[in-house]
Amino acid sequence: MTTVRTFVGNLGENWDRTVDRYNAQSKPVKILLTTLFTLFFFALPLLRPPVLTTEGIDFGSVMFRVAAFALVALGLNIVIGYAGLLDLGYVGFYAVGAYTTAVLTVYHGSWPFFLALPVAIVVTMITGVILGAPTLRVRGDYLAIVTLGFGEIIRICVTNIEWLGAAAGIKDIPHPNSIGPNPEGPFADKRGLFDIPRLEWDGLIPSLDHKRATHFLTFGSGDAIPYYWLLLTALLLVLFADRLIKASRVGRAWEATREDEDAAELMGVPTFKYKLMAFALGAAIGGMSGSFFASGQGGYINPQSFPLLLSMLFVAAVIVGGSGNRWGAIAGGALVAYLPERFREFADYRLFFFGLALTVLAVWRPEGLLPPRRTRRAKSVEAKIEALEEGEPV
Amino acid sequence: MDLGALFGNFDNFLSFTMGGLVFGAIYALIALGYTMVYGVLQLINFAHSEVFMFGTFAVAWVFVLLHGTESATWSLGKALPILLVALVAAMLVSAAIALLLERFAYRPLIKKNAPKLIALISAIGASFALSEAMGLRDRFAGWFGLDDNLADYVSPDKARDVYSNPVTIQPTNLFKIGGYSVSDVDLVIIVAALVMMIALDQIVRRTRFGRGIRATAQDPEAAALMGVNSTRVVQGTFLIGGLMAGAAATLYMMKIGSTRQDAGFILGVKAFTAAVMGGIGNLRGALLGGLLLGVMENWGAAVFGSEWRDVVAFVLLVLILLVRPSGLLGESLGKARA
Repeated sequence: MTTVRTFVGNLGENWDRTVDRYNAQSKPVKILLTTLFTLFFFALPLLRPPVLTTEGIDFGSVMFRVAAFALVALGLNIVIGYAGLLDLGYVGFYAVGAYTTAVLTVYHGSWPFFLALPVAIVVTMITGVILGAPTLRVRGDYLAIVTLGFGEIIRICVTNIEWLGAAAGIKDIPHPNSIGPNPEGPFADKRGLFDIPRLEWDGLIPSLDHKRATHFLTFGSGDAIPYYWLLLTALLLVLFADRLIKASRVGRAWEATREDEDAAELMGVPTFKYKLMAFALGAAIGGMSGSFFASGQGGYINPQSFPLLLSMLFVAAVIVGGSGNRWGAIAGGALVAYLPERFREFADYRLFFFGLALTVLAVWRPEGLLPPRRTRRAKSVEAKIEALEEGEPV
Repeated sequence: MDLGALFGNFDNFLSFTMGGLVFGAIYALIALGYTMVYGVLQLINFAHSEVFMFGTFAVAWVFVLLHGTESATWSLGKALPILLVALVAAMLVSAAIALLLERFAYRPLIKKNAPKLIALISAIGASFALSEAMGLRDRFAGWFGLDDNLADYVSPDKARDVYSNPVTIQPTNLFKIGGYSVSDVDLVIIVAALVMMIALDQIVRRTRFGRGIRATAQDPEAAALMGVNSTRVVQGTFLIGGLMAGAAATLYMMKIGSTRQDAGFILGVKAFTAAVMGGIGNLRGALLGGLLLGVMENWGAAVFGSEWRDVVAFVLLVLILLVRPSGLLGESLGKARA
């Protein structure tokens, strides 16, 4: 128990050290390391490492879910972690993205997925502005309840409006276009460009499983791995954009607003504008994730796919990971999606233990698993000042 | 949209209003728990809905214990003795859960002076755990080999389904206001809620303990320097919130008669909405917000159809916050004057 405690306690410092060591490398080494790291995650559902792999449920689809949650957490991290706005209705944006895609691709149009995706992102962004413009003026705590209400309103609307498929939902949402010699039509060759076999583990001895190979970039209903790749690519792009924004003037404005809104306003930061921007950007990323979800392997959405509970899970993912740190958010999202699937044998108990774990973690490590470096530094400085005030040797 | 359904006939209008008031009274009692904790700690006690949910189960269990499982339909007078026992039991159970929450999910965080968001996460976790614990009660009883002995209480394999009070309370109509026959159950609910709210309001305004609450809400540090035991005060607020939730649970079971492990959730959200509408941290605001929410929601359901009930409630909340961001009656518990 103590070892776990010290491990988790030192997670932040260890992470810092790893990042520092990475930054100290020369450029070619950095590129090599990053490529290897990225490749590992792309290959993960094919490698199927023995302990990680889920039993009883397809590992590929679990990884898709993990990536979807990580993307959502990354988006919500902008809203909660960077700008400090508590959004309890994030699932609403997820739903708007999913429904926009579904309506455009199957229900009232037959657009291809890659045309619907940007439209879905723009629509969610506009929804975010429409919701944010009036509500971001009210105080922070109220924002939580207003957004919670918004999430519910969206769900009730899609349940009751016939034009959106009502309670039955929308099915047969087309998959993204496959790439291959002849992906469409009656004589379709569904095998894609080439096959990638996956590993099968017998204990600790791996072997290649050619029978259940993944067809490269064929989006069918049998294999979730291409969807995972697509989503992971989107995640990487968003991660890159997130990095640029955080380091820019906008990112600094968010941070200033979060720390002290009045002071930021006095320094000439138009806080409302930046808050709205954070809200809209976060919404857009949520909508993007929703869009991928809608046209995923199952190709089916209904109002029950977007319960209020999901919003809570998203917020939990960001906070557990360490709000304000993009890697923390990704890790939190991945954990929240992955753990319940991995421990399916406790299926009935998993929400119970999830709740307990959330409380224990919050009480035990309030700053999250992987808090941003600045928070940690501020904390250690505070501890030092306190020690000085008390007159103890530091 | 059918405005005629609401305004076309004055009798209908009255009956929707009365129906709304009855539910509003229950919302108001639950809202108290949110508003008091928020007033003192500036925290949204997200798990309060589960405090209420445990109360509803306590009521049903008391009926199973004292009456048995065969279903019966009683008048309010006949059920009254058991109802009173159930009221006490529900208040005790809810208060116990509220105190547990305070002890394990909040106090460590308050001591560490953790950010508010974390307290919210801790509460969300506790809320999941409590709600699931109720849904898994048959399993937990099974661990101790008690699921046969306690079968009536834990309903093996059906712990997640609706759990009904075996005794249905048949309301007797007392008199009519317009087209609405006011039943004894409705009357008891409204009167009981009002009496409890007034009593609580007086406690906060007039007693020594109430002064402690107000002082801590205004300025925790200054209050501590003046000799107010802040841990005690926080405990007290949770206790009162729990007691009121237990009372609300009894009234709810009188009116609805059945519950579920997730029954608290939407009611909790509504009650919180009511608290915010009235001005969070303000006891009279909670009453006003609760009643208003109940009535408006019922009107909205009449005009737009009952499936839009929740939407009406939330849209109303947004509108009120836009016009009056601190709620209808303003928001400070500390500002309440003796």
